[in-house]
Amino acid sequence: MNRGTVRSYFIGDAQADRVVPPSGFTAQLTLFAAGAMAFLAVFALALSLASGRLAHRWASELARSATIRISAPQDQLSDQTAVALKILRQTPGVARARALSQKEQADLLSPWFGPGLDLTTLPVPQLIEVTEDETGYDAQGLRLRLAAEVPGAVLDDHTRWRKPLVEAASSLRRLGLISILLIGGAMAAMITLAANAALAANAQVIEVLRLVGARDVYIASAFVRRFTLRALIGAVAGTVLGVAGLLLLPAASDEGGFLTGLGLQGLDWLWPLLIPVLGALVAFGATWAAARRRLKELT
Amino acid sequence: MIELEDVGYSYGGGELLSNVSVKLAPGSFHFLTGPSGAGKTTLLKLCYGALTPSSGRVLAFDADMRGLDRDQMALLRRRIGVVHQDCRFLDHLPVADNIALPLVVSGRDMLREAENLRELMSWVGLSARADARPPELSGGERQRAALARAVIMSPDVVLADEPTGNVDWDMSTRLLHLLVELNRMGKTVLIATHDLSLIRAAKSQVQARVLRISNRRLQLAGADL
Repeated sequence: MNRGTVRSYFIGDAQADRVVPPSGFTAQLTLFAAGAMAFLAVFALALSLASGRLAHRWASELARSATIRISAPQDQLSDQTAVALKILRQTPGVARARALSQKEQADLLSPWFGPGLDLTTLPVPQLIEVTEDETGYDAQGLRLRLAAEVPGAVLDDHTRWRKPLVEAASSLRRLGLISILLIGGAMAAMITLAANAALAANAQVIEVLRLVGARDVYIASAFVRRFTLRALIGAVAGTVLGVAGLLLLPAASDEGGFLTGLGLQGLDWLWPLLIPVLGALVAFGATWAAARRRLKELT
Repeated sequence: MIELEDVGYSYGGGELLSNVSVKLAPGSFHFLTGPSGAGKTTLLKLCYGALTPSSGRVLAFDADMRGLDRDQMALLRRRIGVVHQDCRFLDHLPVADNIALPLVVSGRDMLREAENLRELMSWVGLSARADARPPELSGGERQRAALARAVIMSPDVVLADEPTGNVDWDMSTRLLHLLVELNRMGKTVLIATHDLSLIRAAKSQVQARVLRISNRRLQLAGADL
């Protein structure tokens, strides 16, 4: 296929288009299938991008932080906290250690107990936020030292629940990508079926064209151009609707936790632009292959 | 132009043609006759590459057809004008577009060819029917349109399969006259027909040879029909 042929697909040839009779209903089915697939592809794309972002954030943020929980009678709590902070300052590998204020702790609990909670009335443990530096600290050594000097302290380095979360986000991302591939494959299958139906319905036309000296490229391109154009138009419509759906999702917020922020962010918004292009390419390939197969059967 | 060398053709079960050798010289005028089912259409199809011989070889313009790829075969068909028995039109296009179809599919500039097309339409007497669809045409009009389509690319060879199959005698002689005119313009013509009176009518106008298929063989019939 040379450059001229490729160009002629897109510029189109009014004469050549008339040679194959218009197909009405199946044309609309192709449009619909391409649109629906593009719509689904937008969400699969948003899902894999968002879960990829989530996995990355959880992996990096949680990996660098740990929490120490100090449970002690109210009168000893501040003493033990001070000792724990002192130990942490002396521990190599700890970049920063900070006891959470009453207000911060109340904020953490408010999703469960509601706002306006007075923590002083409850035996709430004191939390210390620990941030590692590049080298990291020896968690086992820190545990032993804390156990000796601060009996009520428990170190939680987050690995226990970080790993499954990151794994969950990564598999969500994988599922999203697989979905995109499946959507592409399903679209190729649908276009192939539609193209085969169109080629079969126009078998007479194709035979006549062949008899009067039309080359395969000419006959195939009459069909390829139609299906590519329909898939492109359908996919543009589906993508526009899908993106509109994403715009209606609530924005990322702390209150919503990880369920919000499933939409796209920043440059991610450019990715959906690829969907119609890929859809048209899939249709082009599928129709081309179907037409070549069908034409091979003719002399 | 077209040469069959010891060609045999068999359909699934039996042999239809065997040891057929014939040479269509440039400017020659041939009739192909024989009873129905003798293989006239098959022989024509072998000549324009719609069928491949089971044995022997077919040369078109000195090239073995077996060696042609699909694109070369398409180019070959542009040099051989064929009037099919059932005409083979695209029923959704008007007659004028059907006649111009070979020009369209070979990418000719239709504006430059418009005059050529108009002349051809008036030569076959279809100027007034240019916008009709093929199913609206009478038998004779269909045959004339098919002939016009066969010659619009100005081919070197014209093959016609029962061009007078279902038209009355007047129309038959008119079609014959058109084919004889083409021959006078230098085209090689091969007409398959079972109509012996058509062959007799042609004898007075042109130096025609008659090929007859009988018993799977092709024979040159005597001058005395």
